Amino acid sequence: MSDSIVSIRNVTKAFPGGVTAVDNVSLDIAQNEFFALLGPSGCGKTTLLRMISGLETPTGGQIIIGGEDMAYTPPNKRPTNMVFQSYAVFPHMTVEQNVGYGLKVTGVASDEIKRRVGEALEMVKLTALAKRKPDQMSGGQRQRVALARALVKRPKVLLLDEPLSALDAKLRDDMRMELTRLQETVGITFIIVTHDQDEALSMASRIAVMDRGAVQQVATPTELYEQPKTRFVADFIGKVNLIEARVHRQIGRKIDCELKGVGRMELASDNLVGGQVAVAVRPEKLKIATSEPSTAIRVQGKVRDVAYYGDTSHVVIEAADGLDLSVNVQNDTRLGGSGVERGQSVWVSWASEDSIVLTE
Amino acid sequence: MAAQLKPGQGPLDYGSRTWLKVLFAAIFFVLYAPIITLVAFSFNTDKRGVVWRGFTLDNYTKAWNNASLIEALTNSLVIAVIATVIATVLGALTALLMWRFRFPFKGAYEGFMALPIVIPEICMGVALLLFFVSSGMMGLFVALPWPLNLGNIIFAHVTFCFPFVAVVVRSRLVGFNRQLEEASKDLGASEWQTFWSIIVPFMKPGLIAGALLAFTLSLDDFVITFFTSGPETVTFPVKVYSLVRRGVSPEINAASTVLIVITVVATVLAMKLQAPPKADKG
Amino acid sequence: MENWKQNPRVFWTLGIPPSLWLLAFFIIPLGFLFVMSFSDKAMVDGQVSITGYDYLTGFTNYIRAFDSLYLGIMWKSVWISALATALCLLTAYPIAFGICFAKDKWKPLLLLLVVLPFWINLLIRTYALIAVFRTQGYLNKILGWVGLGPYEMLYNNFAVVFGLVYVYMPFMVLPLYATIERLDKSYLEASLDLGGSQFQTFMRVTVPLTMPGIISGIILVFIPCLGSFLTPDLLGGANALMIGNVIERQFKAANDWPFGSALSFLLMYATFGALALRYLFTLRSKGVDV
Repeated sequence: MSDSIVSIRNVTKAFPGGVTAVDNVSLDIAQNEFFALLGPSGCGKTTLLRMISGLETPTGGQIIIGGEDMAYTPPNKRPTNMVFQSYAVFPHMTVEQNVGYGLKVTGVASDEIKRRVGEALEMVKLTALAKRKPDQMSGGQRQRVALARALVKRPKVLLLDEPLSALDAKLRDDMRMELTRLQETVGITFIIVTHDQDEALSMASRIAVMDRGAVQQVATPTELYEQPKTRFVADFIGKVNLIEARVHRQIGRKIDCELKGVGRMELASDNLVGGQVAVAVRPEKLKIATSEPSTAIRVQGKVRDVAYYGDTSHVVIEAADGLDLSVNVQNDTRLGGSGVERGQSVWVSWASEDSIVLTE
Repeated sequence: MAAQLKPGQGPLDYGSRTWLKVLFAAIFFVLYAPIITLVAFSFNTDKRGVVWRGFTLDNYTKAWNNASLIEALTNSLVIAVIATVIATVLGALTALLMWRFRFPFKGAYEGFMALPIVIPEICMGVALLLFFVSSGMMGLFVALPWPLNLGNIIFAHVTFCFPFVAVVVRSRLVGFNRQLEEASKDLGASEWQTFWSIIVPFMKPGLIAGALLAFTLSLDDFVITFFTSGPETVTFPVKVYSLVRRGVSPEINAASTVLIVITVVATVLAMKLQAPPKADKG
Repeated sequence: MENWKQNPRVFWTLGIPPSLWLLAFFIIPLGFLFVMSFSDKAMVDGQVSITGYDYLTGFTNYIRAFDSLYLGIMWKSVWISALATALCLLTAYPIAFGICFAKDKWKPLLLLLVVLPFWINLLIRTYALIAVFRTQGYLNKILGWVGLGPYEMLYNNFAVVFGLVYVYMPFMVLPLYATIERLDKSYLEASLDLGGSQFQTFMRVTVPLTMPGIISGIILVFIPCLGSFLTPDLLGGANALMIGNVIERQFKAANDWPFGSALSFLLMYATFGALALRYLFTLRSKGVDV
């Protein structure tokens, strides 16, 4: 892609001893995107981020930043800057000195340093703390110092390693909005690494879901949620019901399959492959009824568990063949709750277009 | 184009850089060459010891047959053993005190305990010499039969050894979970029983490491012993010193090698025991 | 940690033996030395007595210590120690740094290798250097093969400084290693990421953040160097006297114990001075204005 600011081509990072942290990954990240690398710990996302920054080098492949292959360029020569997970704000320097560090070591004139540092501090609202030392500041404030310090260098790409993980819930929300706002204001590409799908879904414009060194799917949040391509993605993002199904035959753009515990049906499927597949249905797409509904897909079962979460309830229903269905119910009446109780016999139904067929 | 990194190598991978490896090799060479040469030449037949003439154990036999050398070695070992025992006890008491109690002027007391470590050895040596002579202790002990005539030296050694033991044992105690002590008392054990059954076993590696440290310090000591010993109570390092003053000879090499071996073995043992306890397997 | 009042019996049981010992065999001897430093040898029948002393006669010994001869020796001891300490730092820092960044499985071995020589007797190590540096020693022999030398490398300041560095360098590696190991490497990564070169990162981030270890190491080496006696004695000959040698002479050959005592105390004051400087530095780096 010609307007991608970062192009990762067949990048591999293998360690002696057989461990492969990143396995032949290729990605294109466009200019001004807010991109997320999402996955469980050990999936290689942080390693990939560090390879983009230059703190680690790949054992194979290319990393093209701004049109140039920089896979083996030292980090201080790349147009990228990183906000570390621990912030790494220099303890022996004041906020001002920290923010100005990157400018000082690259020989920027001191009056310009002063001006740009002032601007950066304004942007993160830390002007009042300019002369403070990091040990007298809170975690959230130090993070903003780290942000200012990176942004003042006007990098092409800003890399953030688990930016929200060390913050408590309230600060997390504030920082999430702050980061989104900053990205739009400053207009540079942000790449974040996170294991928290809420962070990724709420901030990023596109997400790469990774597992064990490989990219499972790259898509927008909505696509990932509603059109996952693999079981892993379907399961990792949000909650999902995965129903085993056997494909009998293909009919045009549909498959005739048998769902375990549900029954036979025809489902639209892009993956026109025969054999064993999984059918994924999101819990909020399922409806509970006390009497048999008239929809095409309907399953009878017994309520095994009701978990109350205030705004929603998660109801688990035991159906035939060992199938358990998770349903997300909106508690839309104040005193009604989920409307069902343990042991109750109910019907679960959903629309056929809410079924996602997964082959992997 | 800036200097490129190699595939798989990070900018902070200093350990794999050539210049560092060369520097290491050079420094290790300079550090060990004299010692290895010394040990090697202890097996040399050539009297003046610069040219290699042939392998022999003669020097060791000669050293072994050198009565005064053997006597000095025996003295050193006896002093080291006795001093180690006393120093370990005193050091353990100090460590327990500092670990367990808060008391006024604790900081000053810690400084006081650290003084023997900090003060130049020669000052301590001459002070003890003066004290022993003036107080008559020197005259008293020297007249006693062996090994009691080593008394002055033993007192001196204990004094500069036990603060080191205290430091070692204290750092071990820092890792002790006080709740174990509380559990013991809760189950009905007395102070004394708790001490012996719970605290002492935990302290053991620290005690052994401290004891080995005291042992090597005592065995190796030259300066303080130089001032507090007399013609009848010569220790091994002091004896070697008087030989060295007369010139280089392979016999000294042999004697030195023996001391090196004893020290190295004791040190390696101490370091193995000092290593933080590995996570319990179970 | 309990207050001592909660268990006085245990407190005193633990505290009294070591304290009494130190009192008897450390404080009191130093007290004797102190008194002696202000005393003179007694005159008996118009002759200077060998064992008799007039106690507390005044500052004569201290005044004599500031005589140009001794002042010169003291000054020399200081600069030899300073030079040796600086050289120790220059060699120990890269070693400590390198060990920190070595593969984990090598670290304990490397540390052991560096520290092991330190545990070998000082006397033996210094003696080993004699064999290397003397005119018919190993170094001159090797230089002779390429047609150089023989050089006089023994019984001068060079030998003493080398000897001190040789003996104390491993001692400096440990505190440096401890501090560098504890340094959060992400500070170094941040510096590189922000555009700093390796050299800039080292000078602006690594050194300031490892300064406490550097200061510890300096003190740990400077003080023993200042008070060293054996190394200058064996390697320095008559040309490289340090204060430790002068003190030894007073107590053995010259039999001038009062003067030796005064010199000893001056050495101790210098030691405490160095420690006080280090304490001030620690306070200042913690933000306390000193």
